[in-house]
Parts: sequence; C-alpha cells; structure tokens
Amino acid sequence: MDMKERMNIQRQPMPEQDAKARSRNFDEVPLGYTPQAAITEANRCIQCKTKPCIEGCPVEIDIPGFINLISNGDFTGAARKIKETNALPAICGRVCPQETQCEEKCVRGKKGDSVAIGRLERFVADFERSQGSISIPEIASSTGKKVAVVGSGPAGLTVAGDLVKLGHDVTIFEALHIPGGVLVYGIPEFRLPKAIVAAEIDYLKKLGVKVLTSHVIGRIFTVDDLFNDGFHAVFLGTGAGLPTFMNIPGENLNGVYSANEYLTRSNLMKAYLFPEYDTPIVKGKKVAVIGGGNVAMDAARTAMRLGAEKVYLIYRRSRVEMPARIEEIHHAEEEGIELHLLTTPIRYIGNEKGWVVGMECQQMELGEPDDSGRRRPVPKKGSEYTMEVDTVVVAVGTGANPLVQSTTPGLNTNKWGYIIADEETGQTSRKGVYAGGDIVTGAATVILAMGVGRKAAKAIHEYIMSL
Amino acid sequence: MPAKIISKDMLSENVFSLVFDAKQIALKRKPGQFVVIRIHEQGERIPLTIADADAIKGTITLIFQVVGKSTALLAEMLPGQEILDLVGPLGKPTHIENFGTVACIGGGVGIAPVFPITQGMKAAGNHVISIIGSRTKDLLILEDEMKAVSDELIVSTDDGSYGYHGFVSQALENNYLLLGKHIDTVVTIGPVSMMRAVCDVTRKYNIPTVVSLNSIMVDATGMCGACRVSVGGKTKFVCVDGPEFDGHLVDFKELIDRQHIYLDQEKESYDHFCSCRSGR
Ligand SMILES: Cc1cc2nc3c(=O)[nH]c(=O)nc-3n(C[C@H](O)[C@H](O)[C@H](O)COP(=O)(O)OP(=O)(O)OC[C@H]3O[C@@H](n4cnc5c(N)ncnc54)[C@H](O)[C@@H]3O)c2cc1C
Ligand SMILES: Cc1cc2nc3c(=O)[nH]c(=O)nc-3n(C[C@H](O)[C@H](O)[C@H](O)COP(=O)(O)OP(=O)(O)OC[C@H]3O[C@@H](n4cnc5c(N)ncnc54)[C@H](O)[C@@H]3O)c2cc1C
Ligand code: SF4
Ligand code: FES
Repeated sequence: MDMKERMNIQRQPMPEQDAKARSRNFDEVPLGYTPQAAITEANRCIQCKTKPCIEGCPVEIDIPGFINLISNGDFTGAARKIKETNALPAICGRVCPQETQCEEKCVRGKKGDSVAIGRLERFVADFERSQGSISIPEIASSTGKKVAVVGSGPAGLTVAGDLVKLGHDVTIFEALHIPGGVLVYGIPEFRLPKAIVAAEIDYLKKLGVKVLTSHVIGRIFTVDDLFNDGFHAVFLGTGAGLPTFMNIPGENLNGVYSANEYLTRSNLMKAYLFPEYDTPIVKGKKVAVIGGGNVAMDAARTAMRLGAEKVYLIYRRSRVEMPARIEEIHHAEEEGIELHLLTTPIRYIGNEKGWVVGMECQQMELGEPDDSGRRRPVPKKGSEYTMEVDTVVVAVGTGANPLVQSTTPGLNTNKWGYIIADEETGQTSRKGVYAGGDIVTGAATVILAMGVGRKAAKAIHEYIMSL
Repeated sequence: MPAKIISKDMLSENVFSLVFDAKQIALKRKPGQFVVIRIHEQGERIPLTIADADAIKGTITLIFQVVGKSTALLAEMLPGQEILDLVGPLGKPTHIENFGTVACIGGGVGIAPVFPITQGMKAAGNHVISIIGSRTKDLLILEDEMKAVSDELIVSTDDGSYGYHGFVSQALENNYLLLGKHIDTVVTIGPVSMMRAVCDVTRKYNIPTVVSLNSIMVDATGMCGACRVSVGGKTKFVCVDGPEFDGHLVDFKELIDRQHIYLDQEKESYDHFCSCRSGR
C-alpha cells in the first residue's frame, strides 16, 4: 500500500453499546474492533522512521512494530511484540490515556486523527486471550532468592512478573480478598471487565508467582518480619488508597460516600448484583458526585447504572481543567450525567434520621493560576444555592495509607506520607526495600505504575544477585 | 485465604462460638483486635472481634450473635467446613498497662470482646472489676470465663432474672461509684446505647472510659471510610484509628444513625435468605 492510500484511510470508529441501553447495565461500553477494522486501522500507520509515538509511551512499546504485524494479519505476533515491554496489554489498551501519550505524539495526529494505537493494543490482546494462545515464556533457573511484593495493583503485578521470569521466588501479599488493586476495586466492570484482570493474575500464577490474599502488611507481618522470614528484598506497591474528604459540615451523614467506598461496594463486592450478592449499596435517585477526574466519572456512571434518575457531577473549575479523560467525560454526558461546572459544595443538609437530603453549593470563578498551573477557582460571593440530593459521592482525591510506613522503622516519607524512593530504581531509605506506583507518586496512572515497577524489578534483581 | 472451622459451640439462643484454624493470626493478635471474614463467593465482608486465641494450637475463637444474613449463614456452618476469607488481625490493640483498678464492662455479645481485654488487664497486674450484663439470664455468655480472669465479677440482667436487676451502667454506679470506691479506668463494649449509658455515668465521676465501636466496615484497612465516626469533632476511621476510642468524645448519635444505613436492604437480604432456605 502506498503512502497516499494510507493517508486516505479514515480512523476506524470503535463500536459501542448504545448510550441509553448501557447507562442501565454494567457490560463493557466499547465492543472492540473486528479483525478487518483492526487491519484497516493498522494500515493508517505510516511507519515513521523517527517513531515519535514510542517516546510518548511510558514503557516504550515498539508501536510501529506491533502495528505492522497487525497489517500483516499476524495478531498473535503483535500481542507478543507488545508483551516484550508491557505485560498487561488488555488492561492498558482499555484504561491508558493514549490521547496524552502515544497518540498525542503520532504524526498522523498533526493533520487529522492519530492512529488508534490504544484500540489496536486492546484488539490484539483480546485476540490472543480468545484464542487461548497465551504462551508461557521461558523462566530462568531458580536463583534461590525470595522477594516479597506488597500490594497487587499494576505496580506490584509488574514487579512480580519481571522477577519471577528471572528465576526468583516471588510472593505477593495483598490486603483484599481479590488481587488487582484499583483494577478490581476501583475501575468499574463497564470499563475494565474483571475477567480480564483475573486472567492476568492467573498468568502470573502460572509463571510461579505466589499470591497471598487477605494479608495486610503492617498487621499480620511487618516489613521486618518479612526479612526475618527469609525474604531478600521487599517491594512496596500499596497504592494511594486513603480517601480524602473536604471537611465540610455533614460529610458523615448517611448517603454520603467516599468514591473508594462507593466503587468498592459496587465493583469488588458486586453490590450492583444485590441481593444475589450480600453487600448492599445506597441506590440513590438524585446523586451528586463531587470531583472532575476519572474516579468521579466512574462513580457518576456507576450511580446511573444503579438506577439514579439524576446524576450531577459537581466540579469547581471549568471543563478544560477537568482531569478526566475526554473520552470518559464524553461517555458520561452521553449517558445523561449533568455537569455542574464552577461549582463546589459547602455543606450537606441532613434530616432527623441522619440522612443527606440536600446540599448547599457555591458558584466559583477562575482566578490566577495556582501551583498546578490551572486557574484557581475562587468563590463568588452571594452565589450560594441548595440542591436536593439523596446520595453524594466524594471523589476529590486520595492519599497515602500509613499502615506500612508507620510500622517500618527507617522508611522515609515526604510531608504527605508518600514513600520517598529513587525515580530510577525505586530504592527507599531502607536497604532491600523498594517502592513504586501511587504510594510514591500519589494517584497517577496504571502505565506509570507499571513503568516504575519494571525499573524497580531490574534494580531488585541486581541487588539480590549481589547478596 | 480460606480458613477451616475446628469446633463450634452454642453459647445462648442465638450466640455462637466458632474456633478457626488460623496459625499466624493466633500468634500475632493482641486483645482488642478483630478479623474480617467473608463466608462464600457472594458474601459480604463482616468484622468480628478475636474473642480468644491459642498460639500453641494455632486457633482463634470468634463469638457472634445472629443478627442478619451473614451471621445466620455463619451459624449454620459446621466443624470441618471452610469460610472463603479470613483476614486479620486488624485494628489497634487495646492499650493495656497497670492502671491500678480497672472496670471491664460488657453487655450482650459485647462480653466476648471484653474477655481478652479483661485477660490482658489482669495479666498486667490490675485489680479487675468486671461487670457483665444481658437482657435476661438465658442470654448471658462467658460468665465462668470472665470470673476466672477477674478479681470481682458482677452480673446484671435487665429483667432481674439473674444477678443485679438493671443495666450494667447502673450496677457500676450503684455498687461502686456512689459508694466512693475508686476506679482508675473503664473499658466497655456492648450495644451503642449501653456504651453511651456507661459513658454518661463515668463522665460524672471523671473516669477515663474506653469504648470499642462497631461501625459498618468494608475493607477494614483504611481504604473506604465506611467506618468513619466523629470523635471530639474529628472524623476517625474505626478500622485503623480504633476500634477503641475515648468514650467521652464519641458522637454516639451519629454512630447509631450510620449503623442503620442499610436497614432496609439488610432485611431484604435476610428475607431473601430465609425464603431460599424454606424453598428447599
Ligand atoms: C476509580 C479509578 C479509576 C481510574 N482510572 C484510571 C484509568 O482509566 N487509567 C489509568 O491509567 N489510571 C486510572 N486510575 C489510576 C490507577 O488505577 C492507579 O494509578 C494505579 O492502579 C496505581 O497502581 P499501584 O500498583 O500503585 O496501586 P493500586 O492499584 O492502588 O494497588 C495497591 C494494592 O495494594 C494493596 N495494599 C495496600 N496496602 C496494603 C498492605 N498494607 N498490605 C497488603 N496490601 C496492601 C491494596 O489493597 C491494593 O490492592 C484510576 C484510579 C481509580 C481509583
Ligand atoms: C470491630 C468490630 C468488631 C465486631 N465484633 C463482633 C463480635 O465479636 N461479635 C458479634 O456478634 N458482632 C461483632 N461485630 C458486629 C458484626 O460485624 C455485625 O453483627 C455483622 O456484620 C452483622 O452482619 P449480618 O449480615 O448478620 O447482619 P446485617 O443484617 O447485615 O446487619 C445487622 C446490623 O449489623 C451491622 N452491620 C452490618 N454489616 C456490617 C459490616 N459489614 N460491618 C460492621 N457491622 C455491620 C449493622 O449495624 C446492621 O444494622 C463487630 C463489629 C465491628 C465493627
Ligand atoms: S507516530 Fe503514528 S504513524 Fe508514526 S509510527 Fe507511530 S503510530 Fe505509526
Ligand atoms: S472499613 Fe474501610 S476504611 Fe474502615
């Protein structure tokens, strides 16, 4: 195919569940490319010499390489190519913000639409899984070294996968009863089916990783206990799971949730299937979600699926400052979620039984830029008004859970309680203790957590082999 | 991680005791700590205090009252069977030291979590006064066990069918405080209304009082905030900051309201469970 022909192909649309139908079910929203659509999309890639897309990828996937294999119809080969640097393509293809990473750099995006790299990644990973053709790579012979990985989010899973392949004896300790971190308790089924996460964990188990769920490090074992038990190194990938509230009146009223609780009940505990599943959740009719990030979008879209009549998304800045992915905002609006921008709640109003029945909001205007470079919202005097709501989900960010830090002497943290670790190696202030992912950077992304996991695994390998 | 039931006992009409094989937890746990269990794949996560543990046998004892679906399901389980998940020990251990004279006050199934604390307080050299109560004689649990670890034991029943006629809070005031007997600190666990009544009494006499709160929990690792309570005007998470707090600072009204969040759904769940059972 010549250049001109390639340039003339339009970006292949992603088939999706109809907005009205999907806003009432928990099935996945995008349906995935057909093989034909994937090949057509792959043919849009002009195989640039400079490969700018790779620079945009935190784990430097050989993007033109795998796309070329798709053009040739070798989908399994394409999946293997991605897996050379990214162990979780079915997940990343769904949740990575490609529009600010690889696709932002793609030359085809300069004039028109970039190549749909994320959709292609997702397609080949799904193809490989559906064929049952997932290959087990060669595992180096046993080194006799033991590594403990604390937390089974993307950071921990990456470290575990890399180290087990190098012949180390790896055990993951996970506090919850199902491994996967935010991938299982936070991101909803309609964006990331849990069967996909389970398949990735199974794969790691097949490689020989031991997964001990229901083990809260800092309680059942401390980091020092792990060393005393014969582990040679410990990786801390405990995430940023501490919910933040705004400290405004009425936040402890019944019906006011943290996003973590709301999403955990729905996703991890499957409260949306109550009473077949035992965990309840408040199914509000008028739900307000506070925040403008991916977490807020997930909570709002979950509320709609739980049967709400109205879902309001309350965000204190304007649309352009919203940290959520554009695609997610778009999906949310299609599903009927109302955005209330430049608005912030200042108190929740309760009835005599302690249930939230309303909230008082204040309008904001944008002032000078703040530390984050975004314009600071300032309250407009006299703009207060009340809204009737019966459920509120607070999604204004998360912090560092102190459980491990407070039980590990000599482990240095910054003023917000995040673990201080070397950017290149994940090395902490404690010998043999490495850390990475949200517990170091604060809430970030799946792929960044995986990227540091990869670097930490390399450093841990060098360290334990030097012992 | 699954855990196996070793033995089972019925302590009163709807209070059961189960001994689980849980070696690591048995070794680690301290008085005041709890576990979270999930019985089966569709199950919810519920917290239960570690009432006792045997580090040598590697077992822990959970004592629970049947109040809804999960506890009803647990009460049906038999020795040899496994629950799907058991995680612990969780929460901060009780602050145990030699205070002098300590009153350990338990009501209803709350006597179960008071027991290991009483044991610990006694071992630390305190003079231990225990006051345990129930609605009626038949519902009283752990009397002999409590007697064995206390210097003085008072039993009370609301209906007067056994021991002191009245509430544990009244027994404390009338038998000790009004008589001018000195108590250095009080630990009390039981229904929220009971803990509040005890705190109302001890506040008058200025006696530090620790309560153990049973708010609704999900993860019990500090991740969700379901368990939040107001203590001295500040929001605390019971699962990681507690479960024990200064009873004189706890907002009990808020705690009671929050315990009722799922009342309707809990009933639906229990009815669903009962109709499934009778259908078979
Ligand atoms: C609702 C939501 C939606 C998101 N959407 C996206 C998205 O679309 N795209 C994207 O790239 N990113 C998204 N993110 C962010 C992304 O999920 C995180 O950045 C990423 O999961 C961080 O990975 P991690 O491995 O550092 O930690 P986590 O995924 O948080 O995993 C940490 C794990 O450690 C466990 N743990 C914690 N403490 C202990 C302990 N003491 N002992 C044992 N185990 C412990 C936790 O239970 C958890 O399983 C989203 C986040 C949320 C909450
Ligand atoms: C730290 C702690 C220790 C506890 N220790 C004991 C104990 O040793 N023995 C004992 O009998 N009970 C104990 N409880 C209470 C016990 O967890 C509840 O009785 C149990 O969860 C009820 O579940 P259910 O499905 O049978 O009843 P449901 O019908 O679901 O609920 C009945 C009531 O129990 C409470 N409850 C419901 N779900 C939860 C939950 N996930 N977490 C906490 N409370 C809930 C609510 O107040 C509710 O109204 C403890 C609670 C806490 C927080
Ligand atoms: S930048 Fe775009 S067109 Fe160029 S190689 Fe990468 S994906 Fe292909
Ligand atoms: S139970 Fe989730 S934070 Fe306490």
